[in-house]
Amino acid sequence: MNRYRDDPAALRALVRDDAVHRDVYTNPEIFQLEMERLWARTWIYVGHTSQVPNPGDYITCDVATTPVLMIRQPDGNVRVLRNRCAHKGAKIVADWSGNAGRFLHCPYHNWSYRTDGSIAAIPLRQGYDGTAFPQCEAVRGLRPVACESYRGLVFARLSDDGPDFKAYFGDSLSSIDYMADRSPEGELEIAGGVLRYMHDSNWKMFVENLNDTMHPMAAHESSAGTAKELWSDQPADAPKPMAIEQLVPFAGSYDFFDKMGVRVFENGHSYSGVHFSIHSSYAAVPDYEAAMQRAYGETRAKDILGTVRHNTVYYPSLTIKGAIQTIRVARPIAVDKTILESWSFRLKGAPDIFFKRNVTYTRLINSPMSVVGHDDQQCYRLIQEGLAADSNEWVNLQRDYRPEERDARDLTVNGTSEISMRNQFRAWAKYMAPT
Amino acid sequence: MTDAEIVRFIYREARLLDEKQWDAWYELFTEDGHYWVPLTRNQQDAEFHTSLAYEDKLLLRLRIERLRRRPPSQHPESWSQHVLQAPEIEAADADRWLTRTAFHYAEARGDAMQILTGVALHHLVRQDGALRIQLKRVNLLNCDAALPSIQLFV
Repeated sequence: MNRYRDDPAALRALVRDDAVHRDVYTNPEIFQLEMERLWARTWIYVGHTSQVPNPGDYITCDVATTPVLMIRQPDGNVRVLRNRCAHKGAKIVADWSGNAGRFLHCPYHNWSYRTDGSIAAIPLRQGYDGTAFPQCEAVRGLRPVACESYRGLVFARLSDDGPDFKAYFGDSLSSIDYMADRSPEGELEIAGGVLRYMHDSNWKMFVENLNDTMHPMAAHESSAGTAKELWSDQPADAPKPMAIEQLVPFAGSYDFFDKMGVRVFENGHSYSGVHFSIHSSYAAVPDYEAAMQRAYGETRAKDILGTVRHNTVYYPSLTIKGAIQTIRVARPIAVDKTILESWSFRLKGAPDIFFKRNVTYTRLINSPMSVVGHDDQQCYRLIQEGLAADSNEWVNLQRDYRPEERDARDLTVNGTSEISMRNQFRAWAKYMAPT
Repeated sequence: MTDAEIVRFIYREARLLDEKQWDAWYELFTEDGHYWVPLTRNQQDAEFHTSLAYEDKLLLRLRIERLRRRPPSQHPESWSQHVLQAPEIEAADADRWLTRTAFHYAEARGDAMQILTGVALHHLVRQDGALRIQLKRVNLLNCDAALPSIQLFV
């Protein structure tokens, strides 16, 4: 089990410039090290501030398999705390969301905590008189986790050491700005529920797939191709149902996806759809466009509405679609088990049709009953099963590889390049086996 | 339309699905008919709240045609079995009925099988002398769980 923990050279050897070793997807020790070194030291998506509008409101989730809660403070700030009683380690709250009032109480022995995580009261506290309690770990309460909110999206970094938030994400944050700025008020609000889809595959299969522009025409031919056919006898100017508008572009040509472009940043982040994307041709909403011009001025409004990035990956946990205000979050459970959450945003001050689009998209594409999702899920699983076997131990990531990309901090290339995956693994190696 | 005819219709609907007689099943729906699997308990809205599935006839046709193409996820092929409790007629007037049917649903594929359970609500109407489905709503017991792929019609 400890083949890699104390051997940084062995870890580094798993990632070549244009290939990765299968162990990164299949080895349970690697998964454990990923949680400790990559997921705990980087900024992981927790939730959105609109989910906890009032003091005491909380949501729970796992960050790097560690239970945490995000809770609104009496002063209006949001904090992320470890969801683990300082006494015997029980999770303090088991619900997905709720309101704690002024105090969080452990159900087991009723230790209670303020919303900042500090201990408020312990029954029969005099029982600790004369002990080393004031010096022990437990006295710290529900230990807070470093967190940062960006346009309401809250990220947490479990480890005390790791990169600064802005330095970690850099210019990739512009995708979040373009998403939030689609609201004439510049604000997003989570709404419409969360789809949770269980995958029997490694988390990286999903994260790599988001900017894999060579798979839709193969894996999604059966859904997008069928949608295209079902609509083929309609006149060109017939108003398209939302489902047709959203599904047919998945059947775009290789040329379409290649010309779309892909841009990579330091630390594994990337987006495809630099120049246009599958979201470029949705019907215009004139009143909204006028409202956007009033809010931002003509030039900026045009820039916001003309930016239709496909998927932006905030490595390793979050992927967003700014043009349609939906996000997906990877919650790893085990080396071959991952929950994918899909959330929709409402653009404050925008007509209802946008939110309806987002909800429709997330249902059509990201639901456990999605005809698109089924084929992705199947392909991830087939990789998981195939890589379990011996023979060629290397996963090929060579498409459009150029040696000069290795040191690039911000680079845009053709859309069908596998550069986004190579870029993710360069970040992976940096955190897993620091030099 | 007798109660026995209504009940027989519900049994037949499930049987058509399990026998993959999708064209006949599709014809059971009115032109404005919907198949809905809500994401939350007592969900009232399907347009401004996400659902596991909310399909009009166009999307039902898409799902059926896709299954026929044997897409990647249909290797091996999925098979379903509905086990229904006796349907209850909850409401009825001249040409409309609402039925409530508790069910167990199994979906098998290769060595794997998942079991779902819940209640199906059928909103039925009489059109040209025949019963048709205006809305089939499937309330899954664990609608809010992280679910694996559900590939056929519950």
